[in-house]
Amino acid sequence: MTANQIALAYLVASVFFILALKGLSSPESARRGNLLGMIGMALAVLTTISIILSGRIEFILLAMVIGASIGTFVARRVQMTQMPELVAAMHSLVGMAAVLIAIAAVNNPAAFGVPDPMPTGNRLELFIGTFVGAITFSGSVIAFGKLAGLGKHFRLFSSAPVVFKGQHLLNLVLALVMIGFGVAFFLATDKAWTPFGIMTAIAFVLGVLIIIPIGGADMPVVISMLNSYSGWAAAGIGFSLNNSMLIIAGSLVGSSGAILSYIMCKAMNRAFISVILGGFGAAEGAAVAGAERKTVRSGSADDAAFLMSNAESVIIVPGYGLAVARAQHAVKEMAQKLAGKGVTVRYAIHPVAGRMPGHMNVLLAEAEVPYDQVFEMEDINSEFGTTDVALVLGANDVVNPLAYEKGSAIYGMPILDVVKARTVLVNKRSMASGYAGLDNPLFYMDKTMMVFGDAKKTVEDIVKALD
Amino acid sequence: MSGTVDPTVINLIVFVLAIFVGYHVIWNVTPALHTPLMSLTNAISSVIIVGAILAAGASALDLGSTMGVIAVALASVNVAGGFLVTQRMLQMFKKKQPKGEKREA
Repeated sequence: MTANQIALAYLVASVFFILALKGLSSPESARRGNLLGMIGMALAVLTTISIILSGRIEFILLAMVIGASIGTFVARRVQMTQMPELVAAMHSLVGMAAVLIAIAAVNNPAAFGVPDPMPTGNRLELFIGTFVGAITFSGSVIAFGKLAGLGKHFRLFSSAPVVFKGQHLLNLVLALVMIGFGVAFFLATDKAWTPFGIMTAIAFVLGVLIIIPIGGADMPVVISMLNSYSGWAAAGIGFSLNNSMLIIAGSLVGSSGAILSYIMCKAMNRAFISVILGGFGAAEGAAVAGAERKTVRSGSADDAAFLMSNAESVIIVPGYGLAVARAQHAVKEMAQKLAGKGVTVRYAIHPVAGRMPGHMNVLLAEAEVPYDQVFEMEDINSEFGTTDVALVLGANDVVNPLAYEKGSAIYGMPILDVVKARTVLVNKRSMASGYAGLDNPLFYMDKTMMVFGDAKKTVEDIVKALD
Repeated sequence: MSGTVDPTVINLIVFVLAIFVGYHVIWNVTPALHTPLMSLTNAISSVIIVGAILAAGASALDLGSTMGVIAVALASVNVAGGFLVTQRMLQMFKKKQPKGEKREA
């Protein structure tokens, strides 16, 4: 193929990628979108292979077969509750691939059709692609460790923020040193391995340091942010190789991750910069301890079953506790039983329910809950006032009415209006506070009944009681 | 005005326009599909495999082509894993008939 034909094939692949993302605007068109993405990728890969047919193709094919087998195996085996870990792991691979390609480009620019020695413009872009890739890699490894709960084996993976004195200053100094070596690489006329190597090493360290102070509650932001970084890394590599398709794909992914980060921050009422600076979710429980002992009304699963079966409408509010207990299938069964008794059952999803954007929707879909029963916060909040029973399963901060009170730590955070329902049932394992470390007045209201216990066990008991 | 446009400038034009396209397309994604969006964007960013293949295909067997082969393997994990796991998730969002499902649990 000529260079023009190749560029045109890449253009077609880029359009397929855009159409793939466009498909996700509704569940009906989403599967076709994914298929278009696969076609685009196949076109891109085959076109590129045709360029290097005279080269050592056998190693490439072998690497592809090995990689694709691992990817297929993992994609088939992964539990839906483990999606955040999987996505973090995949971000790290994109980051590492970007770094490796950058090393190859420094070593042999001619292989990419870039003049040797590399022109300064390409060096600048390569520098950006490399450090973003390196930060994506090491940051995602830490995020993976935190999400997979490896904190007890290795302290850096602790889901509690790892903070120390002078942390931000250290990061700043490292970043400046890294940029300094980047400039040295940029200005050099030879291959300049030394500044390149030092810069990359510092970027790996920075990735670790940036993610460790961020607490478990902020993981949805972190994972979106790393998603964004992996895109920018790809775009940076695209710049240095003068490849428009890489730039387009990278920018799409980069803006996607950025938008998701923004949505998550807004849903948690947190400024992006304060998430990045970290430390949130550290021992802030002191505020709770001082509160006077208030009484809660607690009931059994039988009581809950009785209340719900006599209701006309029930809204289920699933939270992280449901995901941890893997209770989604039991919840679906309970909803079916209730529907059989003529109760209208709907689900209300807060944007940060679960551990990554949209996680709860996937868990409910896995349990075969029809998605037209599942509502986003802004679509269902006005409905709570006319609802008989709201059943909160393992959620806390996202239903905390303190968000309406000026001066509280979560003031202004958008919450589900559970407090407006006629009766509120709350299932929790204990009275422990949520991530924000705040007490929840909802639990002490007269119309609230607490049902303590593991979400799955409790829901299964309710199902039995409904028979 | 003289000379040709530098490739970097063309790259920048593509970059800025692509961000605009991304911005508008992504805001239209339904929040229910944000997890599949992440796994799909993951697969798409693995198009970086193109760079890896070029590096691996270099005629000399040296540091660069070795790095390229490893990068091909890493990116392939993502390409296959990303698209397949997205497909698996989207399969779950398939519309079910209210009564008489194909497989009743």
